[in-house]
Amino acid sequence: MKSSGSFAAVVLLSILSSACQPVLPTTRVHGLVYCAEGSPESFNPQLVTSGTTIDAISQHLYDRLLDIDPDSGTLIPGLAQSWQISDDGLTYRFQLRQDVKFHQTSYFSPSRVMNAEDVQFTFGRLLSVQHPFHQTATEYPYFDSVEWQQLVAKLTVTGPYEIEFTLSKPDSSFLSTLATDFAAILSAEYGAQLISNNTRADLDLLPVGTGPFLYRHYQKDVLIRYYRHPNYWRQLPAMEQLVIDIVPDNTKRIAKLLTHECDVAPIPRLAELSLLSKRDDFVIDAQTSMNVGYWAFNTRMPPFDQVKVRQALSYAINKSNILQAVYFGQAEPANSLLPPTSWAYDKNLNIQRYDPLLAKKLLAEAGYPEGFQMDIWAMPVQRLYNPNALKMAELIQADLAQIGVRAKIVSYEWNTFRRKLRLGEHDSVLIGWSADNADPDNFLRPLLSCAAAISGSNRANWCDENYDELIAKAVHTPILEERRAFYQQAQQYQAEQMPLVPIAHSKRFQVRSRNISGVRINPYGGINFTAAGKSL
Amino acid sequence: MMFHYLLRRLFLLSFVFVALTVFAFSLGYLFPGDVLGNFTGLRNISPAEEIVLRQQLGLDQSYWQQYIYFNQRILDGNWALSFSSQQNVLDEIINVMPATLELASYALLLSLIVGIPLGIVAAVRKDKWLDKLISGFALVGYSIPIFWWALLLIMVFSLTLGWLPTSGRLSVLYEIPAHSGFMLPDILLSNVPYREEALFDAIRHLLLPSLVLATYPTTVMIRFTRESMLDVLEQNYIKTARAKGLTRLQVLYTHGLRNALLPVTRQVGLQFSTLITLAMITEVIFSWPGIGRWLIDSIYQRNFPAIQGGLLVVSSLVIAVNMFTEILHTLLNPLARKF
Repeated sequence: MKSSGSFAAVVLLSILSSACQPVLPTTRVHGLVYCAEGSPESFNPQLVTSGTTIDAISQHLYDRLLDIDPDSGTLIPGLAQSWQISDDGLTYRFQLRQDVKFHQTSYFSPSRVMNAEDVQFTFGRLLSVQHPFHQTATEYPYFDSVEWQQLVAKLTVTGPYEIEFTLSKPDSSFLSTLATDFAAILSAEYGAQLISNNTRADLDLLPVGTGPFLYRHYQKDVLIRYYRHPNYWRQLPAMEQLVIDIVPDNTKRIAKLLTHECDVAPIPRLAELSLLSKRDDFVIDAQTSMNVGYWAFNTRMPPFDQVKVRQALSYAINKSNILQAVYFGQAEPANSLLPPTSWAYDKNLNIQRYDPLLAKKLLAEAGYPEGFQMDIWAMPVQRLYNPNALKMAELIQADLAQIGVRAKIVSYEWNTFRRKLRLGEHDSVLIGWSADNADPDNFLRPLLSCAAAISGSNRANWCDENYDELIAKAVHTPILEERRAFYQQAQQYQAEQMPLVPIAHSKRFQVRSRNISGVRINPYGGINFTAAGKSL
Repeated sequence: MMFHYLLRRLFLLSFVFVALTVFAFSLGYLFPGDVLGNFTGLRNISPAEEIVLRQQLGLDQSYWQQYIYFNQRILDGNWALSFSSQQNVLDEIINVMPATLELASYALLLSLIVGIPLGIVAAVRKDKWLDKLISGFALVGYSIPIFWWALLLIMVFSLTLGWLPTSGRLSVLYEIPAHSGFMLPDILLSNVPYREEALFDAIRHLLLPSLVLATYPTTVMIRFTRESMLDVLEQNYIKTARAKGLTRLQVLYTHGLRNALLPVTRQVGLQFSTLITLAMITEVIFSWPGIGRWLIDSIYQRNFPAIQGGLLVVSSLVIAVNMFTEILHTLLNPLARKF
């Protein structure tokens, strides 16, 4: 009894004394905390498409052959120092840097610098069934959507630091594909070690890359801890430690920002912007982002197989209303899949007007003068491109009631939702897309091509030969003006056929404490902390 | 005599455990979904594996036989895998349990340190303003919904004043190797340069959750101690002691306290189950990585093997603690030993 009494007294004392202490900066440890919305699905960007995962892993752990300059959108050298493209546009030859070291971690010690073998190992996995790691993953969603296996005919190592890609047809978006966050370079030596230990699945769980930070520890739904990569080939990150704190709850994330438990956090809830902008210890960074929120019709399901029905529904919704209520005015209305900042954007596209009378007329012409019954699937999670799908669904429901269409709102838990979408059980769905690179192909192909209808990212299940031909022609030509013309035709065709109604291009917002500097939001994907600094 | 008493208690205990395991076992059948999946936690079982697994679980035999196998697996530590992480549920529970125990024990301690003295003071000053103040406080604390109380404290101390963190056990920037899973001892045992800072930080993280969790048991302690003290003070032997000329304090300490605190020991055990329930709510609000949050997450994710295992462990713990304090109470109180 005695000892526990004194222990209690100690605890009580410490509680009392700490309660009386003035505010102190608690963390002298040099590190930065980024509060993310969710746990990563994998530690290998080859296997995922979710923005949350990409934000949490790819820019920190890995490098790519090429990078995208966030200001101009042009391609700049990454792990590849230089490259040449043959005149027929079929062979791409890359010269690699010779001073790039892989991460030294508790589970792997590299014995050599990065070379062409690693690049072959990385991309060979996506190509060939014979590759020892091809079968350890069931799919490579991004690479499947760009038809990587059909596109790349051959991968040849032409020197210790030189590699050559041979394409089966010219593709002017190929370099952009290599610059996406998904095209991270892995270590062949690590792969060999995993094979000899017979722990192949670890390639995607315990990452080894060349990026500015290296993997230290991960606890699902709690945190990811990264240390600085001491041998990073670019300028060394200022932070010794980067912690991704996983806080799925929006309110909690904001609370953690306010108490400075988070240094940086993304905010998909625009409603909180006004609250945070009043405080002067925070900075809000805004960036026009390459994304689109849209309402897709399942074109395999009647009556959505009729163009007139789809057009009617698109005239029936009041977009400006949605932009105010759902995006709080922090988004641009969309009339194409491409945001206006894209070079291929068609300026001549008409803004879709709100016209319930015309909608009724079109419905009658399609044979539904009395309207019909339909489901609107609203995604259960908040994303930049659609911060509140349920609210949007309610607004659309009210708009549709005006033209006699009775809509029911459907939602499932996120994983179930995606599975059911893939099975094509929906009538229509409110969802969206964030681009992975600056290339217009990255919007037009994964969202509406026939290949994407099979791989699952085409939520409209729309497969149209004319459209596919247009976007195929566009990537086959190396001349920018011609490409632009094809893409503009494709956009017009899409606006006519209306397999989906583009709704908004949202800005991307991020809040950081005022003492944090050098954090870049990249319009093409992941967040980068290499240059981040923190003053105490 | 005592031996017989213990034997009877143990017999009762084993009976309760049988009922508990039967319940946990039947959950495998009662949960929606595939029985094999519920019992093993495996997903995408191939037909070949299914045959082997069915044999191992004895699914082709009687329920009784299956129940025996189930208990064997529980005893061997060969528990089902969690649907979400594909790890052994027992390992996961062992991982999260210390956080809950740590929080609950600090809260219980706090409630004893604050509750018992206040209860005694209230009893001694019966119907005076101090008693009314304490009893009023106890009543408010007793009736307050703790999730509201927690949010209120977060609003004041974290969001407005910025003194205390809102969630977790420790700032994520501190990396403390886990030995016992109990945060404060782990920090003291660790050999990191920022040990003091981390300790201070951990205590700051502990403050709000343990305060919230302690509120309800504290008020129960106050009310209970007060009642029991008043009872004792009415007794003839107290009057006799006073008549003999002992001072008030002497009477209170040597005759009053000992007798009044006996029922309180028993109350500690009875409060434990309430404490665990409240700990779950507290953990969810403060993102405390304990078994409560883990279990509630599992319920959201329809993670049946985790729910099954979690229920088994939590209820066993509550029963064991109840039984333990009852035995302790009997040892301390001769009157309760009605053999």
